[in-house]
Amino acid sequence: MNILLYGYGNPGRKDDGLGPTLVDLVEKWIIEKKIKNISIDSNYQLNIEDAYTIRDYDIVIFIDASIEEIDDFIVTRVEPSEKVNYTMHSVSPSFVLNLCNKLYHYTPETFLLHIKGYEFQLQEGLSEKGQENLESALAFVKNLLAEPEELIENLDARLLK
Amino acid sequence: MGQKLTIEPVTRVEGHGKVTIHLDDENQVVQTRLHIVEFRGFERFIQGRPYWEAPVLVQRLCGICPVSHHLAAAKALDVIVGVGPDNISPTAEKMRRLMHYGQFFQSHSLHFFHLASPDLLFGIDADPAKRNVIEVAREFKDLAVQGVMMRKFGQEIIEATAGKKIHGTGAIPGGINKSLSIEEKMKFLIGKDPLNVDQMITWAQGALDLFKDYHKKNKDLIDNFAKFPSSHLSLVRKDGALDIYHGVIRAVDTEGNKILHDVDYQDYLDYIAEEVKSWSYMKFPYLRSLGNKEGWYTVGPLARLNTCDFIPTPLAQKEFEIFRAYTNGKPNNMSMHMHWARLIETLHAAEMIKELLDDPDILEGELVRKGNKTIEGVGLIEAPRGTLFHHYRVNKDDQIEMANLIVSTTNNNIPMNRAVELVAKSYMNGREKITEGMLNAVETAIRAYDPCLSCATHALGKMPLEITLFNSNDEVIDIKRSE
Repeated sequence: MNILLYGYGNPGRKDDGLGPTLVDLVEKWIIEKKIKNISIDSNYQLNIEDAYTIRDYDIVIFIDASIEEIDDFIVTRVEPSEKVNYTMHSVSPSFVLNLCNKLYHYTPETFLLHIKGYEFQLQEGLSEKGQENLESALAFVKNLLAEPEELIENLDARLLK
Repeated sequence: MGQKLTIEPVTRVEGHGKVTIHLDDENQVVQTRLHIVEFRGFERFIQGRPYWEAPVLVQRLCGICPVSHHLAAAKALDVIVGVGPDNISPTAEKMRRLMHYGQFFQSHSLHFFHLASPDLLFGIDADPAKRNVIEVAREFKDLAVQGVMMRKFGQEIIEATAGKKIHGTGAIPGGINKSLSIEEKMKFLIGKDPLNVDQMITWAQGALDLFKDYHKKNKDLIDNFAKFPSSHLSLVRKDGALDIYHGVIRAVDTEGNKILHDVDYQDYLDYIAEEVKSWSYMKFPYLRSLGNKEGWYTVGPLARLNTCDFIPTPLAQKEFEIFRAYTNGKPNNMSMHMHWARLIETLHAAEMIKELLDDPDILEGELVRKGNKTIEGVGLIEAPRGTLFHHYRVNKDDQIEMANLIVSTTNNNIPMNRAVELVAKSYMNGREKITEGMLNAVETAIRAYDPCLSCATHALGKMPLEITLFNSNDEVIDIKRSE
């Protein structure tokens, strides 16, 4: 089973960098633990070429900073959406999944890990609470990846109902 | 009763934009303004930081075109470290150029396939629910696949030259920190179909053919939509060739007469000033010689093809000759021809990528040079959206004490306002309701300039389109909102 962890956001804008920061830490951990079949990617934002990227995976987990009213982090399942809700130069996970489906007739099991962020000004480093949430989310992701056979079940168990 | 119509924010434009349209008692448009909330704090943010951090730091300004800021900063710092603007090593210059052409190729491809092609394939009056790339994927699948792959190819060039997607470190003061490996070169030259440069050239030609075909069938729209006289400014190579990485500044008036004669960009402040207006956060640059009323200019793809004398790659040059002949050699002032110019540049970028990949300097050679330090430097580059200025001064402790950036979208501030005004007058005069067609037309006019309005975080950039109608007392009398 091939898994892609894809963090997106701008690390130069405080907690907006939660996604890329988390996947950087996960990458170091999987190298150390010699865990196979997990790929890591990150970018400032998602875009159309990511439809091509995700077509090669069984499971895709996007990781993004969130400004929603949540505690530390939540998981939602991403479904292909006909809704076009995008700015000029970036797209949403459901858009990427929909485009993948339209172009390549394939939709990997896709989830979005939302990590609560608090500060988004132009500055390096996470906020104190953002850092705490990152650590909670990192522990969750490590547990997930340690049991890849149970991964979807464990993600589903954490889904926002 | 006079009315004010507010459209905010403009969909499919990065960041926040708002259009206000003022009507008089007879519902004639008396004033339109494109208000842009541009982030201006970056220049202060970078003050006090060691100068060598700037090429990485400035990428945080914008997740849309980080390569442009990366290279413009590195060019300014070439001057500060004493190497000068013309003396980095051949390997360093060619690696930087490869990075830049990769960025142009992916950025222009995205604009055409993702943003312009829905308008061209379905018409600007089509239902917005249909005018998007998902519908392109449904009805013109091959074209959409090409768009995705062209973006990916350009992104991979950037990753190979800049080091990584986020906060690339390729360009450093005085040079570059890596050359290309033979494996990377061969991957891009003869890589797995379709991700190789010959395929990219073929697809770029196909995109141009699509535009030209649409143009033939829709001459009135393409030639007359938001058409207005303008001066044009860009970097050109010293011999007059199109050059997006290095050269001198040239500006021409609406008749093609030179109004800025190939000047050294280190002296840009002698020629260009910026005006502040109370109703916009964004400044309004102008040529000092013509003053703030007459000295505004357009930058970007159309401006570049209006200022240069030729394009130094064969296929793009052939297309350039057709483009210039269309206006009998005079500057082209048709806003929708921005798409045409952008596609010629896309082809040129692909040809340049091939030429650079074939150059042995790209694989090995001197990476960094040093010289006698100075305290001030200017870097100028043509970003995909237009001319980008970076200007730094450092103190005795090597900290940046002054930074001035003029970004492409700021340079296009007045032209975008002109385009919106023309469209508003054409659609709104005599009417008191905003039609869907009018909204689409305003967006189409703004999108032609491919503005990057805020460099905002994606998380904060998701807002619906909202239209608010005010009466002469500034009371809201109608609101329209779309998803």
